[in-house]
Amino acid sequence: MENNKKQLRIALRNCGFINPENIEDYIAHSGYAALASVLETNDPQATIDVIKKSGLRGRGGGGFPTGLKWEIASKNHADQKYVVCNADEGDPGAFMDRSILEGDPHSILEAMAINGFCIGASKGLIYIRAEYPLAIERLLIAIKQAEEAGLLGRNIFGLGFNFDIELRYGAGAFVCGEETALIHSMEGDRGEPTFKPPFPAQSGYLGKPTNVNNVETFANIPVIILKGWEWFASIGTEKSKGTKVFALAGKIDNVGLIEVPMGITLREVIYEIGGGIKDDRKFKAVQTGGPSGGCLTEKFLDTPIDYDNLIDAGSMMGSGGMIVMDEDDCMVSVAKFYLDFTVEESCGKCSPCRIGNKRLYEILDKITEGKGTMEDLDHLKNLSKVIKDTALCGLGQTSPNPVLSTIENFWGEYVYHVVDKKCPAGQCKALKSYIINPDLCIGCTACARACPVGAIKGEKKMPHEINQANCIKCGACVEKCKFNAISIK
Amino acid sequence: MEKIKSLADLKKKREELQSSLQLREQGENNENLIRVKVAMATCGIASGAKQVMEIIMNEAKKRNIPVEVTQTGCMSYCYAEPTVEVTKPGQEPVVFGYVTPLKAEELVEKYLAGNEMLPGVIPINYEKVEL
Repeated sequence: MENNKKQLRIALRNCGFINPENIEDYIAHSGYAALASVLETNDPQATIDVIKKSGLRGRGGGGFPTGLKWEIASKNHADQKYVVCNADEGDPGAFMDRSILEGDPHSILEAMAINGFCIGASKGLIYIRAEYPLAIERLLIAIKQAEEAGLLGRNIFGLGFNFDIELRYGAGAFVCGEETALIHSMEGDRGEPTFKPPFPAQSGYLGKPTNVNNVETFANIPVIILKGWEWFASIGTEKSKGTKVFALAGKIDNVGLIEVPMGITLREVIYEIGGGIKDDRKFKAVQTGGPSGGCLTEKFLDTPIDYDNLIDAGSMMGSGGMIVMDEDDCMVSVAKFYLDFTVEESCGKCSPCRIGNKRLYEILDKITEGKGTMEDLDHLKNLSKVIKDTALCGLGQTSPNPVLSTIENFWGEYVYHVVDKKCPAGQCKALKSYIINPDLCIGCTACARACPVGAIKGEKKMPHEINQANCIKCGACVEKCKFNAISIK
Repeated sequence: MEKIKSLADLKKKREELQSSLQLREQGENNENLIRVKVAMATCGIASGAKQVMEIIMNEAKKRNIPVEVTQTGCMSYCYAEPTVEVTKPGQEPVVFGYVTPLKAEELVEKYLAGNEMLPGVIPINYEKVEL
């Protein structure tokens, strides 16, 4: 690969190239050729073996080997089985699946049909969040076109295989990305996870064997069939094959979607593909894995990115959100942000998640308010471990990760908040104080007039002063001061 | 589209479509046809891609420039939305970023009508799997 081309597009191969509302465009780009070849070979196990040998792992975050998942579902016998595409993308700042569904919907339909043939299912369901109206619209168009062309429906290619796809809409509950909760939601029940086993491959949708894969996982399938498992397995690291799509966001110049081979380093992603940190600030951390993940610091900049390395580093691959943070980001606030999200999204079924996360959030809030103690930090650690060990599903078990990972990597910053009552990044409002430098202040009264609570006093043409007890730390004075006399401490 | 009833049908259809695509690319059926793709995923539309598409079509019509404007999904350059890819006959495609409605007119006037490059060209920094 050339030096300037660090990206390799497999899942995003057609996004931005073809008209997603025209099936002919997809067919011209070898669309449905993989399905044709699978049906022609007429050997489901052989296809499952290809996927197994390719080393493809679930792109939704867990990283479970896809071929193995298919094999288990194929070996459970039943009169009806189901293929489910998990399009309930919910991590904050992540939009990889939406992009694929909006840019290349047929690739997902084709892969689901291949999956259906392999496990013996004739029905496919796409569980998609209702907040993705354009993706839904394009999927519906694609399904209609594929049916009209005879590429979905009865007796596909005249080879006796039937496969239909329908949509199921989610209300945007984060926990419904978890496969058991997703299935309950599709059945019309509350979107709550249940303990595994039984796995969906044994008893899933309506109690029948069900294979659930993420959008990006499916997007890889036709390519693996057409290019062969050897080709796919030659990309990536020993245990993580192929590429991964990331939604690169945060304090970085080139915010956007990227698809990179597994094993690329964070440094390459941030500085070569992402164009570096915005405004030439200093790099602080990268958050991967969304609310279930953690932060990677400078020492991991040269670690090859794959499933296992990220877990060793205290984070996880997740579905592909990658948020870059610079020196102006407060890590306690970051942990608090994710906990706030988890508390909102917890389904409430098990107490470690419902109550534990709420308590975690309250402790973090206390720390950012400048009221934290060293005992609170111990509580944080202990409670995090308890939640991790006792929560029912993946959401609860991973929800303390942002706390644990920031404690591990930024312990000093927590202590600074608690002992010195200061926020080094200057983000925690309660810990900031605005000070007027009397040497620079000329007494123009601009700040006093801007202050909404009248906390600034002083004679005209004399240095002013801020009454710290009344100051609400809104920053209005700083904006008005033309002499840079007001600083944040 | 008529029904594809067999593998041979699919192959035939693909070959047909590919050769007509190639024809268009080589510009043999219309040597002046400029092909324009506008990234129209949620992100692009939110930044004004729909307007941009209309402006490009209208402005090209006004100037009698033969264009084929189509929509695609997201080209993945969120930082530079709306994004537009222009392929002139016999030339490599060029992706323009930051094509706001204001700039869309300029794009037609300067690059489509003339051959003047505009700032905001996004270098292609990826390889794509060929099937």
